[in-house]
Amino acid sequence: MSREMVTHALFESVLKLDPRVMIKNPVMFVVEIGFLITLILTVDPNAFGGHYPAGQRAYNLIVTIILLITVIFGNFAEAIAEGRGKAQAESLRRTKSDLMAFKWVNGDEYENVPASTLRKGDRIRVRAGEMIPADGEVLEGLGSVDESAITGESAPVIRGSGGDFNSVTGGTKLLSDTLMIRVTVDPGESFLDQMIGLVEGASRQKTPNELALSVLLAGLTLIFIIVVVTIEPMARYAGRSVDVATLIALLVCLIPTTIGALLSAIGIAGMDRVIRFNVIAKSGKAVEAAGDVNTLILDKTGTITIGNRLASAFVPVSGGTEAELMEIAVLSSLFDETPEGRSVVTLAHERNLTMDRERYADAENVEFSADTRMSGITLSDGTRIRKGAVDAMKKYVLEQGGVIPEDLDARTEEIAKEGGTPLAVLRGNVIYGLIYLKDIVKPGMRERFMELRRMGIKTVMCTGDNPLTAATIAKEAGVDEFIAEAKPEDKMRLIRREQEQGKLVAMSGDGTNDAPALAQADVGLAMNTGTSAAKEAGNMVDLDSDPTKLIEVVSIGKQLLITRGAITTFSIANDVAKYFAIIPAMFVYVVPSLQALNIMHLTTPHSAILSALIFNALIIPFLIPLAMRGVKYKPMNATQMLMRNLFVYGLGGVIVPFLGIKVIDLIITALGGANI
Amino acid sequence: MSLSTVLTWIVVLAVFLITIKPIGQYMAKVFTYQPTFLDRPFGWLENGIFRVIGVSRESDMTAKQYGIAFVGTNLVWVLLAYFLLRIQNILPFNPQHMSGLNPLLAFNTAASFTTNTNWQAYSGENTMSYFSQFGVLSYLQFVTPAAGGAVGIAVVRALSGRKLGNFFVDLTLVCTRLLLPLAIVVTLILVGQGVPETLGAYFQAHTLGGQTQLIPRGPIASWEAIEHLGQNGGGFTNANSANPLENPSAFSNIIETISMGLLPIGFFYFFGVMTGRRKLAWTLTAVAGSLFMIMLALAYFPEVAGNPIVNSLGLATHGNMVGKELRFGMGGTSIFETATMAFTTGSVASAHDSFLPLSSLSFFIGMFLNMVFGGKGVGFLNMIMFVIITIFLMGLMVGRTPEFLGKKIETKEVTLASIAFLIHPLLILVGTAIAIHSPAGLKGVYNGGPQGLGEILYGFTSAAANNGSAFGGLGAALPFYEIALGIVVIIGRYASVMAMLLLGQSLLKKKTVPETSGTMHTDTPLFAGILFGAIIILNALTFFPIMALGPLAEQYLMLAHHLF
Repeated sequence: MSREMVTHALFESVLKLDPRVMIKNPVMFVVEIGFLITLILTVDPNAFGGHYPAGQRAYNLIVTIILLITVIFGNFAEAIAEGRGKAQAESLRRTKSDLMAFKWVNGDEYENVPASTLRKGDRIRVRAGEMIPADGEVLEGLGSVDESAITGESAPVIRGSGGDFNSVTGGTKLLSDTLMIRVTVDPGESFLDQMIGLVEGASRQKTPNELALSVLLAGLTLIFIIVVVTIEPMARYAGRSVDVATLIALLVCLIPTTIGALLSAIGIAGMDRVIRFNVIAKSGKAVEAAGDVNTLILDKTGTITIGNRLASAFVPVSGGTEAELMEIAVLSSLFDETPEGRSVVTLAHERNLTMDRERYADAENVEFSADTRMSGITLSDGTRIRKGAVDAMKKYVLEQGGVIPEDLDARTEEIAKEGGTPLAVLRGNVIYGLIYLKDIVKPGMRERFMELRRMGIKTVMCTGDNPLTAATIAKEAGVDEFIAEAKPEDKMRLIRREQEQGKLVAMSGDGTNDAPALAQADVGLAMNTGTSAAKEAGNMVDLDSDPTKLIEVVSIGKQLLITRGAITTFSIANDVAKYFAIIPAMFVYVVPSLQALNIMHLTTPHSAILSALIFNALIIPFLIPLAMRGVKYKPMNATQMLMRNLFVYGLGGVIVPFLGIKVIDLIITALGGANI
Repeated sequence: MSLSTVLTWIVVLAVFLITIKPIGQYMAKVFTYQPTFLDRPFGWLENGIFRVIGVSRESDMTAKQYGIAFVGTNLVWVLLAYFLLRIQNILPFNPQHMSGLNPLLAFNTAASFTTNTNWQAYSGENTMSYFSQFGVLSYLQFVTPAAGGAVGIAVVRALSGRKLGNFFVDLTLVCTRLLLPLAIVVTLILVGQGVPETLGAYFQAHTLGGQTQLIPRGPIASWEAIEHLGQNGGGFTNANSANPLENPSAFSNIIETISMGLLPIGFFYFFGVMTGRRKLAWTLTAVAGSLFMIMLALAYFPEVAGNPIVNSLGLATHGNMVGKELRFGMGGTSIFETATMAFTTGSVASAHDSFLPLSSLSFFIGMFLNMVFGGKGVGFLNMIMFVIITIFLMGLMVGRTPEFLGKKIETKEVTLASIAFLIHPLLILVGTAIAIHSPAGLKGVYNGGPQGLGEILYGFTSAAANNGSAFGGLGAALPFYEIALGIVVIIGRYASVMAMLLLGQSLLKKKTVPETSGTMHTDTPLFAGILFGAIIILNALTFFPIMALGPLAEQYLMLAHHLF
């Protein structure tokens, strides 16, 4: 947090004192009204009647100042939360306004135009050191990009054509190389524009849960207003009226100012955490809904598994040895650049077999084709070495007049049953055995699914694989359910089925096929690399196009709700100590024996009231970091989580103010302010 | 603790514990229209009533219709009662020739009996004819608790995923299937204990001193039965259940105490059967039960310890017996008073004004919380209101939108629960403040200091909670109190109940979210603890200042040997 941001936030928090702004936050609005009343009482302590001694003015003044500080602290929390995103957005907006782009005209010709004139489909060239003028896809080239302006992450990231990392964002800086980029958005629709809208919209639009909590907080505030307003006549009946400044001090201490001040900051910070995660949420509602998700639908490929099948074993068939098989398999893959091919070479290498490409430089490389469904090399002596789908190979061998090994089918079936993909390997017309290709579950996925299950979230894996293969991967990854041979309609049907049971569903997707399902899901995370239809349909877009992030988004949603609940609980629990500080102080002249309730042994009534009020103000900035960061969240079941948070924020909320108020009282007393 | 106290308490608490399940199960049968053993004696009567008013068990109402039926019916009752009380002098069954009631007293009485408060600004034996007692007030003591119970039943139906039902059907069934059969049994037992049941004139006794004394009597036994079974609490005579004719023995005292609790406690289990969540029902019962035990301890132990000032003089030997009946003793008195405050009955077997400040705290707690089982149905609704607020406040800490019975608690539910929560302190505190601030209100205060404040506060709290008991020492038969308390009983009765009715319907309309390990479970000891804590803290925050100025101040002043 920079010094400049703090200064700016402080400035903002003064601007937010405008009652028209404050009224959106009823709790803090009440504090502001209280401030205005005590301000009048500072000018004229007898403004509402009574004959107060001269010292009353100084006391009223101090109460007035603390109340003002309380309101400003609350505004500051909101301003600083807004500021984090806004600062980024604004600096970007500044740079964006004078960004220039090199728009491709034809051939080698480029036109230098303002970035704001770029339209969807335009092609632009960006060279090292230049700012990327608009959101787009990299068509050519590979370069490192500094995205810190958006993500806050200072380490540069690689962006390049093809694959998962081809999307670039306007306002970021290309550090190396040259990129050809196709613009994917029209002006006003860019990520930047969305983010600005998001940050500015966050303070205006309350999410459903935030709204409900605001209602409850307003209700509690109303009750405490009733409590405090009715104290006056009762105290007067009992013999001595209580001064207005003290009543206002009590009211401000009782109403849930802590959560009232931090509520919107928590919401904004939650959104901000999502943005930092390189995910754009189109609304805060979606982030909140993520916390409630019951079912996660994940694609197998690329999400649960690494995405490529990799060789995991060599299975010889009758007549062959493993060593022989391995050698032929490596030969067949020597010039094969596909991940499968590379994995065969790697696996053999791990088993101490390395072959030199140079030695076979004169061999002919045969690429895979959908027609033959095999690939390999033909050696200079004409020997054909191939690997490929088992049935295709069988046919090939028979055509060549070879014999099918009798246990080939049995081995093939074994591998298929285990969910693997068998590739037959042959030299000439002899099949030597099979390469066992296996889907590799990403490391750590199993543990995450276990965590999710503990949190009560079901994971469903979707795959185009046959049921056998799907079942194996599902078991290995530890997902709860799977859909094999899944078509886009199946996903849709699954979402509908879950939603009919009252469940909230989250999914990620990238294809146009996914768009209806993304729209139907409660949380739809579209990949940035995906089609624009998908991006349009989802309520979140992941700039890194990492579907696994769905799990993190769920965590952020939960953390948001937990933080809200924890600070609410803390805020209300605080009131217990405040009562023990203020009630005896307030009524001590009416019923001196109520001094017995002064269990903290605060020095004087005034010092007790001021201590409680100061604690009430100070706790706001103390909790700003917590509101921004969110309560520490570890996946666990609801009961454990409740116990933990209740212990920390409930019990803590009762104890902390006793200590805090006592310490402040000691300081006030030491400074000689107790007898003001 | 004396043996009689221990035995009294054990008998009462054991009966509560034993009956909760059968009553709950029986109620669930009745209100899902399944056959029960009472179909034969009452079925024809009910069907006749349904035919006359043109309803059937299938004519379900919406929350709005149900609420309007409830309030509308009550309105008819209040007008009818007002009218009949005003002209009781020309109506039959008036052997003592009581005159018609004045307008304010008639309004106050009609309002208070219709709202099941049964606050009495009059002395029954000096004001009411037999017709008024039996035909008007006793009738209201039947139907008004039935009406309150009906609303509770409708909400439980909604919570269990059923349609709300029909108000008139429920009203009839509560009378015929719960109140009437039980009242017959209790009346017979009380008659066995010597409680009068007659329409004869007051009894003229010739005392040993040669004087004559007029002893008020009447259809008392049946009155007592429904007074307690319906958590009504209005006494036949001014002394209420402290009068030997209303409550003659330690045994009748136990019977009346038990009568008060049977249905409110059974209602909790009824909810469990209806929703299929018996464990949750036990959890809520445990919370209300522990609060009951705390109230009982508060009402008993300070009294046994006695008044510290009297003790320091070396006078007392048996605790603070002022205002208590010897035939009930400390034990019988304390459990009767705890029950009457917990179940919002409001009948009294002793003078609440004479309790020590700390024990009076027990009475206030019962009325402030208004859900320590409470009046049947209505008390349960207050419990649900606290459950909703607690779940919303704490439930967020598990990282999900809070849920109750698988339904999400959102803005609408929070708004309605907040309204229901807000009304009670609003009526109590604002009412008390106005009374204490105005000369008209102060005119009724006979005691000074915190005790006087406590008396006014007690009056408004009793009215808002529809309890109806009085602290004594407050001149409630003043126009100010007749009007103010009349208004408070009405708002206190209908506003929060309507909010809860709408809340029930709102939950009913929602989709049920399946429970997972990520759901906050409400049927665990942990939740019981949280709910207990939240109820205590929320109420303490609301009522601590006034308690500090009232009973707490008085307690400390008493310790400093200062009395009022």
